[in-house]
Amino acid sequence: MTTKTLSAAAILSASRLEILRAALVVFTLGAGLVYLAGFSYASVAHNAAHDSRHSLGFPCH
Amino acid sequence: MIRAIRSASPATDAAVIQRLLAVGLLAGLLAGLAVAALQNVTTTPLILAAEVYETAAEQAHAGGEAHQHEHAAEPAWEPAPGLQRTAATSVATSVTAVGYAFVLLALMLLSGETIEPKRAALWGACAFASTGLATSLGLAPELPGSAAGDLAARQLWWIGTAAATGAGLFAVLRVERPLVKALGAALILAPHLIGAPQPPAPESTAPAELAARFAAASLAIHAITWILVGAAVGFVWRHLSTKTSAEAAA
Repeated sequence: MTTKTLSAAAILSASRLEILRAALVVFTLGAGLVYLAGFSYASVAHNAAHDSRHSLGFPCH
Repeated sequence: MIRAIRSASPATDAAVIQRLLAVGLLAGLLAGLAVAALQNVTTTPLILAAEVYETAAEQAHAGGEAHQHEHAAEPAWEPAPGLQRTAATSVATSVTAVGYAFVLLALMLLSGETIEPKRAALWGACAFASTGLATSLGLAPELPGSAAGDLAARQLWWIGTAAATGAGLFAVLRVERPLVKALGAALILAPHLIGAPQPPAPESTAPAELAARFAAASLAIHAITWILVGAAVGFVWRHLSTKTSAEAAA
């Protein structure tokens, strides 16, 4: 049994460039989710996330 | 042949993105639900207690005056107290944790880092130093009813501080050139020299004791969130890696 750590390229069976492109997409999506939960001005998003925003240290009100 | 390469590429891209999203989603949900449970017994009771003081202060301030103009507009939906509010908080915390997991995974891949639980948890600790410790230095975690500066300005300072601290830590910890390390240190310091937007007076309707307990609890929750997100990303990634090895061996 081998304990060798596989590279990201081997695990995803993709080239380095493909991984970088995918990582950029995933980063953008992640930032969007954090914006929605932590920063969005939409009243419904604010009211639903109110306690979570206070708890996780996002600026609120 | 060129056509074959072109048509193959988007399919691979989609497959890679899909795998990364699956890792981040699973890791973020695991961490987010655990943190939501912790919030329910740490920060949320303090928020509810602070709202009692806030409401009392608002009523005392309003006195007998009619203030119908405030209620003229249709109020936006808000979760009903109790289960619905707990559920809304849990969903919001999980969305944040999944977002953090996507960001952490993407940054580790972009920097060519080996992803495994211990190292990913350390990245989580650095992320906490960025979005938690550095931002709290200017904008302490606050309870409802505390005075604060302009919201948009605070949000901008928060995002700028988190990004500058994260980039600065990366430069200091991962780049060998002394000049880059010095620039990194400058990036970490800069937001605090600029200064966070502050309220005209440090007032709060909640007692100081409550606010102090909340600030400490909020920072602890923030740290737990990032470290769990990091560790979970590492564990889910390792699972994916083991599966790939097994498939390759088969």
